[in-house]
Amino acid sequence: MKEKASIILHCNAVTVEFDGFKAVQGMDFELKRGELRFLIGPNGAGKTTMLDVICGKVRPTAGKVLFKGSVDITRKKEHAIAELGIGRKFQTPSIFHTLTVFENLEIAMSQNRGVFATLRARMRNEDRERMMNQLAMIGLEAKAQWRAGRLSHGEKQWLEIGMMLLQEPEILLLDEPVAGMTDKETDKTGELLHAIAKKRSVVVVEHDMEFVRNFASKVTVMHEGKLLKEGSMDEVQGDDRVAEVYLGKRRDADAGRTTA
Amino acid sequence: MELQMRTMTPQRILVLIGYAAAAVALFCAPLYLSDFRLNLLAKFLAFAIVALGLDLIWGYTGILSLGHGVFFGLGAYAMAMYLKLEASGGKLPDFMNWSGLTSLPWFWKPFGSFGFAVAAGLLLPALLALVLGFFTFRNRIRGVYFTILTQALVIITTTLFIGQQAFTGGTNGVTGFGTLFGQSLGKAETKQILYFVTVIALFAAFVLCRYIVGSRFGRVMRAIRDGENRARFIGYNPAVYQMLVFCVSAALAGLAGMLFVLHVGIISPSMMGIVPSIEMVLWVAIGGRGTLIGAALGAILMNAAKSTFSESYPELWTMFLGLLFVIVVVFLPKGLAGLFPQIKLRKRRGMEHEGEGVHYSAL
Ligand SMILES: Nc1ncnc2c1ncn2[C@@H]1O[C@H](COP(=O)(O)OP(=O)(O)OP(=O)(O)O)[C@@H](O)[C@H]1O
Ligand SMILES: [Mg+2]
Repeated sequence: MKEKASIILHCNAVTVEFDGFKAVQGMDFELKRGELRFLIGPNGAGKTTMLDVICGKVRPTAGKVLFKGSVDITRKKEHAIAELGIGRKFQTPSIFHTLTVFENLEIAMSQNRGVFATLRARMRNEDRERMMNQLAMIGLEAKAQWRAGRLSHGEKQWLEIGMMLLQEPEILLLDEPVAGMTDKETDKTGELLHAIAKKRSVVVVEHDMEFVRNFASKVTVMHEGKLLKEGSMDEVQGDDRVAEVYLGKRRDADAGRTTA
Repeated sequence: MELQMRTMTPQRILVLIGYAAAAVALFCAPLYLSDFRLNLLAKFLAFAIVALGLDLIWGYTGILSLGHGVFFGLGAYAMAMYLKLEASGGKLPDFMNWSGLTSLPWFWKPFGSFGFAVAAGLLLPALLALVLGFFTFRNRIRGVYFTILTQALVIITTTLFIGQQAFTGGTNGVTGFGTLFGQSLGKAETKQILYFVTVIALFAAFVLCRYIVGSRFGRVMRAIRDGENRARFIGYNPAVYQMLVFCVSAALAGLAGMLFVLHVGIISPSMMGIVPSIEMVLWVAIGGRGTLIGAALGAILMNAAKSTFSESYPELWTMFLGLLFVIVVVFLPKGLAGLFPQIKLRKRRGMEHEGEGVHYSAL
C-alpha cells in the first residue's frame, strides 16, 4: 500500500497503433514520486510515442494511464492533462517565437488559464520575482526582451525547460533535451536537470549514453515498442539483449545524428 | 510590464503623440472637410472598425476569416430594420407590400426599438461567430479549411437574404430611410453628429483592441498563432480563446455595419458578399496585420484611394487593388505599418540585433 502511494504515474499495457503499425506494444511503465528516469532505445523504439500517450497527444489503442494512482488520464485532452501537472518538452525546441523570452515565461507560469483570468491578469511582484529567478537559472537574464525566435538552439531548449518549470508540473517529460547541443551546453543542461530532479518526477528520453551516465538513475530500455530491460545503467549495459539491439544500432544513430 | 515600458519610453511618447494628433485631426475634420467628404470619411472610419476586428482574429490569432462581410451585414441589417420601421411610421415597409405580405413578420417587431436593434447588431454577429467557432475550433478545423467555411457562410447568408425577398428586401436590400430620433438623416447637422459618433466608436474599438492585445490574453493569442499545440501542452485551451476573439471580431464588424447604414442609407446583400469580405482582409494585409494602427489606417487609406481612383477610372480600381496586394505580400509582408517600426526600432534597441517584428508588441 505504501509502495503504491509513492507511484505518481502508472502506464498499464499501453499499445499504440498507427494505421495497423504498432509503435508501442503492451508497454508497462511506473514512475515514483521524485524519481528521475531515463528512457532509452534505438531510433523508432517508441519512446516519443510513449511520452505522447502520457501527455495526451496520442490516444492509446489499448491500455491505461493513471496519474497519482487514481486519476485516469487516458482520454483527457492535452490542456486538461497539462493543468493536472504533467509538463512536456518536445524533441525539437518549441517556444513561441514572436513572443519575447519574458513573455514566453509569463504565459507558461502556473496560473489560472481561463480567458477572463488572462484578460484581467496583472503581473504581481511575486510572479515577477519567480520569473526573474527562473531567468537566472536558465541563464537568459540578459536576453529577457529578445524575441525568442532569435535565440540559439541551446538557449531555446533552456527557455523551454524554464517554461516547463514555471508551469510547476509534478511530472516533467523531456524528449532528448541535449540533442544538437555543444558539449558546454550539454554540461549546463545536465546541471539544470540535476536541480530540477530534486523537486519533481522527471522522465528523460535520451540517446547520449555519456549524458545518462552522469546520473545514478534507473534506466528503461525500449525496443520495437516493447519494454526490453529496466535497471541501473550498469545492469542495462551488462545485458546481452540490450547490447545487441541498442548498442549494435548505436552506430547508425550516431551516423544519423551527425548528418541531422 | 514595467520592464518593457522602461525600455520603450521614447517610442511610447512618439506613439502617444501620434494618437493625440490623430484624435485632433479626426475631431476637427468637420472644420476642413465638405459635408460630402465628411460623410465619406465617416464611412471609412466605420470600415476601420471592421479592420481592427479582423486584425484581432487574423493578425494576432492567425485565423483568416473571409466571412466578415456577413457579420458586417448582420449589424447593418439590424440598424436598417430599425430605420425602415421608423420611416414606415407604423405601416408595413414598402418592399413587404410589394411582396404581398399583409402583416409585419414576428422577427421584425422587436426592431422597432432602437436599443434592441443596437443590441442585435452587436450580438447577432457575435452569436453566429460563436456557433461557427464552436464547431470548427473545438474540432481543430483550422487554416484553409476554416477560411473556406467562412466563405461558405457568406454564400449561404447572401443566398438566404436574396431569396427571402419579402423579409429582407432581396437583392435591393433595405433602403429608403427618413429619420433617426426624428432628425432627418440627410441633414448636414445629423451627418455631423453621426460622424462624431463614429469617431468615438472607432476610438472605443481601438482602446478595447489595444487592451486585449496588450493583456496577457493578447500574449496567449499570439502564442496560439505561433504554436497552437504548444499552447495546449502548457495548459491553455486554444479553442476557447479563438472563439472569444472571433466573437469580439464579429461584434466589431457588426458595430461597423450599423454605422455604415447610418452614413450610406442602404444595405444590400452585395455589400456583405464575397468581394467585400475579401476587400476587408486586403485592408488589413496592406495596412499591416499584427498592428492595430496599421489595420485601421489600411482601411481608411485604401477606401480613400478607392473613392478617388474609381471616380476617374472605375474599372482600373480592382486591378490596382490586386497589384497593390501582390506588392505588399511580396515586398512588405508586414504591410505599410511594417515600414515604420523597422526604421525607428533599429536605432533604439541596442539590445536587439535587429528591429524585425518587434512591433507585434509595440503597437
Ligand atoms: N503519427 C505517426 N504516424 C505513423 N507512424 C508513426 C507516427 N509517430 C510515430 N510513428 C512511428 O512509430 C515508431 C516509433 O516512433 P517514435 O517517434 O516513438 O520513436 P522514438 O523511439 O522516439 O525514436 P527516435 O529516437 O528516433 O526519436 C516509428 O517507427 C515511427 O515511424
Ligand atoms: Mg523520439
